[in-house]
Amino acid sequence: MGWQPVILWADGLIWLTVAAVGLLFWRGADGFRAGWQHLWRKPVAMAAGLVLLCYVGIGLLDSLHFRLRLPAQAGMSAQYSVEVNSVLDVLIAHLNAYPEQTYSAPLAKHLFVKMPTILPDGHLALTYPDLTLYQAQKLGHDEQRARGRGQEKIRLGLRGVLVGVLLAAAMTLLFAGWQAYREGMPLRDLLRTALQGKHPLPWRTGWATLTVLCVLGAMMAEWSTVYHVLGTDKIGQDVLYQSMKGVRTGLMMGTLTTLVTLPLAVGLGIAAGYFGGWVDDVIQYIYTTLNSIPGVLLIVAAVLLMQGFIETHPALFDSAASRADFRLLFLCGILGVTSWTSLCRVLRGETFKLREQDYVLAARTLGVSDWRIMGRHVLPNLLHLILISMVMDFSGFVLAEAVLSYLGVGVDPAMASWGNMINAARLELSREPVVWWPLASAFGWMFVLVLSANLFADSLREAFDPLGRRR
Amino acid sequence: MSESLLQVSELRITIDKVRVVDGISFAVAPCQTFVLLGESGSGKSMTALAIMRLLPESARYQAGDIRLHGQDLLGLPESAMRSVRGGTVGMIFQEPMTSLNPVLTLGEQLEESLSLHRGLHGRALHEAAADLLQSVGIADAAQRLRDYPFQISGGMKQRVMIAISLAGNPALLIADEPTTALDVTVQAQVLELLRKVQRERGMGMLLITHDLAVAAYMADQVGVMYAGELVEMAPRAAFFKQAQHPYSQKLFAALPAQPDQVLKAIAGSVPALDSVFEGCRFAGRCDEVQAICRSVAPVWQDLGNGHQVRCHAVSSPFQIKSGPALTLSRSAQPVLSVHHKQALLTVRDAQVYFDLRSSTLFGKRRQLKAVDGVDLDLFPGETLALVGESGCGKTTLGKSLVQLQPLTAGRIELDGVALGGKLRRVLQAQRAAIQMVFQDPFASLNPRMRIHALLEEGMVALGVEPDAPRRQILLEQLMTQVGMSKQVLNRYPHEFSGGQRQRIAIARALAVQPRLLVCDEPTSALDVSVQAQIVNLLRELQTSMGLSLLFITHNLPLARHLAQRMAVMYLGRIVEQGDSAAIAASPAHPYSQALLQSVPTLTTHALVSLRGEPASASHPPTGCHFHPRCPRAEAVCQVIYPAIRTLQDGRQVACYFPIDPVAA
Repeated sequence: MGWQPVILWADGLIWLTVAAVGLLFWRGADGFRAGWQHLWRKPVAMAAGLVLLCYVGIGLLDSLHFRLRLPAQAGMSAQYSVEVNSVLDVLIAHLNAYPEQTYSAPLAKHLFVKMPTILPDGHLALTYPDLTLYQAQKLGHDEQRARGRGQEKIRLGLRGVLVGVLLAAAMTLLFAGWQAYREGMPLRDLLRTALQGKHPLPWRTGWATLTVLCVLGAMMAEWSTVYHVLGTDKIGQDVLYQSMKGVRTGLMMGTLTTLVTLPLAVGLGIAAGYFGGWVDDVIQYIYTTLNSIPGVLLIVAAVLLMQGFIETHPALFDSAASRADFRLLFLCGILGVTSWTSLCRVLRGETFKLREQDYVLAARTLGVSDWRIMGRHVLPNLLHLILISMVMDFSGFVLAEAVLSYLGVGVDPAMASWGNMINAARLELSREPVVWWPLASAFGWMFVLVLSANLFADSLREAFDPLGRRR
Repeated sequence: MSESLLQVSELRITIDKVRVVDGISFAVAPCQTFVLLGESGSGKSMTALAIMRLLPESARYQAGDIRLHGQDLLGLPESAMRSVRGGTVGMIFQEPMTSLNPVLTLGEQLEESLSLHRGLHGRALHEAAADLLQSVGIADAAQRLRDYPFQISGGMKQRVMIAISLAGNPALLIADEPTTALDVTVQAQVLELLRKVQRERGMGMLLITHDLAVAAYMADQVGVMYAGELVEMAPRAAFFKQAQHPYSQKLFAALPAQPDQVLKAIAGSVPALDSVFEGCRFAGRCDEVQAICRSVAPVWQDLGNGHQVRCHAVSSPFQIKSGPALTLSRSAQPVLSVHHKQALLTVRDAQVYFDLRSSTLFGKRRQLKAVDGVDLDLFPGETLALVGESGCGKTTLGKSLVQLQPLTAGRIELDGVALGGKLRRVLQAQRAAIQMVFQDPFASLNPRMRIHALLEEGMVALGVEPDAPRRQILLEQLMTQVGMSKQVLNRYPHEFSGGQRQRIAIARALAVQPRLLVCDEPTSALDVSVQAQIVNLLRELQTSMGLSLLFITHNLPLARHLAQRMAVMYLGRIVEQGDSAAIAASPAHPYSQALLQSVPTLTTHALVSLRGEPASASHPPTGCHFHPRCPRAEAVCQVIYPAIRTLQDGRQVACYFPIDPVAA
């Protein structure tokens, strides 16, 4: 079956960012590479980094879109499906292959609510109907049913643990082999030093993190053949599937919005602080004005305008995915434009201080140009502030997506996002008995992402600070 | 030793793995001043904090005890310790600007201490506070109690700090570098005050300083600390007559004494305290080092009369040289003759005014006249010292020379061409010709750049050497010139000590091949021994490269040592200018005289201190700026600023009644 690649705008931007980061590695300055090597020596960075890599991996797989070719019809050129799929969709398609009718708890075998069903004796009764996924399994594996679900959960779980442990060990060995090859030392020696914790890299932390990640992944994979691991939502969609699809939305919001705010905040902040005078006045004027308009109001107005635009220009968007994509990008843009002011203000103040530092004065007596001073003397000494606030903002944007979706001005309602899941939880939490798993799931995925991003950034800042590296 | 007030024995303190204080013992007797003398990082401040039990969280007492009136302070519960702090033991810190709380009035801070330690209330409390303030020499004490710290000057703040530390009627006063942050004329006043209150109250005093002259002026007993250890202890007379430890001797030798002579610098710097010491800690920097010094740690040698020293050389048959090594070798090259016809740099009527924001919306705008009509000439190969206290405008003038600060009026000419040209080529050449070395080497090097990049930056920006391989060779030569290895180029500034950083900063200025180096107090952030290294380096570079130096300093002895000519600045104007030896020998302006006399030297017994403190440049006094503090002032001085007159020996003085050079 043929396929046609689809490059959405957000995909393009995110892959460009990845390429830029890759380029920085490949041709980066000495200091950059040294800092990076130093970074991985910190156990916290190693653990958080591996978790982040998982998220990034899921997000990137979900950013490779394509359309399938429809079965050829006589006399017509090739037709492609209107539905845009991503690589991730294909990989985890089985999760969503058996939509249920409505809520079901994690690892349950029947629905969470009673439904009128016709019993074998022909009576109509209110019971908990079996899940379709379960029915499908039941038909295939009659003997499993005989053994009982409880045992099966454990059996599958144990198998997941085993697979996970083996997988983690294999991956660690693979890395160790590669590292041994690079260092030119026998693998056995490397493993011994690594196990004793004497190798500069924190192998034990890395291995432990990998094991946890692999075990979790493998267990979910094993269970997902028979269960909805994290349950299903109101319209019967698998929550695990939704959460994984939400990764891309979260990462996009965080990354793209940061990409919008950063140049504004850094450029304007440093310029205002360094030049002072009328430049400072103008920039201050801009951001106080912007700050005095309630941000949410601005965003709501902009999003409504955009919705109008989409409706009046349907020809510009050839699929639902590209419409959702446009909406996401626009949201990133408007969120970015409203939220660069606080960082800008901080950087302006700090630059004021740095401008009077002797080393900046020394550079001025040496006739170094203003732009160069800002680039080499001011910016590097602001990096710690930028990095910290970048990560906090990143987390903030991931969370802001949830808030805006709650208000109905967030990402496309059809788009899988943690914000939309949390939005739905408003009703779920107020019903009795409470449906907690969609919220818990969205919260959990978001929490792990934000936490590991924060921890990683902390180590990053230390590793790239020549003073911090002493420790 | 029952008669001693404070008894510290075998005290050992570690912070993480660093042994900051390593087995020191000393005693302070009542009515006596014990001076702990040492360079930064020698552990003297930690000792003071240890006595107060105010060590940082990560510090540990490893051994030893501290007894006050025979009572073990380390065994006291924290609640009892609180009454010792500020009660039996008072403490004054180095930085008066930060040791007072800016949001409380002086009265509140003083009364807090009084009510805590003397249990006073209401009216009695107010009166006691006013009395105390009066006793530290603050006029209008009752008025001042309502002032906030920002309303009074640095010297006044230190007086208030002293008053607060006296509130609990302490038996022991610990003063940690109490005058280091103050101007010399104010330092003299504060030292005088400390002596006075000590005599009146019969207190014991533990004074911590790095300044030999302050020690000479204040001490009864001297203890020299080096790398966490006491290396010599002696009564003042014995110590200053004949210091025995090679380190103490080197400290003496590093003081600027005679002009045209190379200072005896101590090579290297204080060793890292986390290293494992084998043998004597000073062995690595000692000239008298013998085999035994490297393997066996020396023990105390008693020389009689309470003079003890920790050195193998003292007991060995190799008797050390007699007396502090004051016989210095003459510098190899003669100082270049200064009287060329063409001045390298001429400054004519330079003014730098800053606009101050008025306190009220429609109030009159005031101006701060940082530099107010300065005339200077600087000849090729010459060193001119610009001497003055903080706030006199000397740094602002220096910044104008390197075009960091535009002039409000006046002219600065380099080779007859006015600075600040419009042509890029001219501007670049002028920037390259005049370079600056800043005061604080910790602030003047960008911590995020390697030394290589730091040095290269100016060469690239000013187009000194566009070719990268050739630039590399030049940089390596430069490093050798300032006495560092070329491996240094690949490292970051934080890996170096203060002295090394200052060498790098000098190298950076030299990289663009300047003809004039403006040095803004390049040694005031450094230890005495390192200061000598830097001063020697500057002299050496001057003779080998024919540089002109403008040396900005508040240290008159150093200026006399280094410079051929001297200009003394007070409140934005130059009050005396001329041959530095002549000014140092017989100052003509009363202010120059005051500057000279307020610096304690090894032989002074009484300091002549000036009245009051420098006035603010935003409202200078009418007439002669100096008249409110001048002992020779008469009616005319209060009205018209005196014109510059030239004395017989060519000196220029702005004073109606210059001190007669012959009579003085």
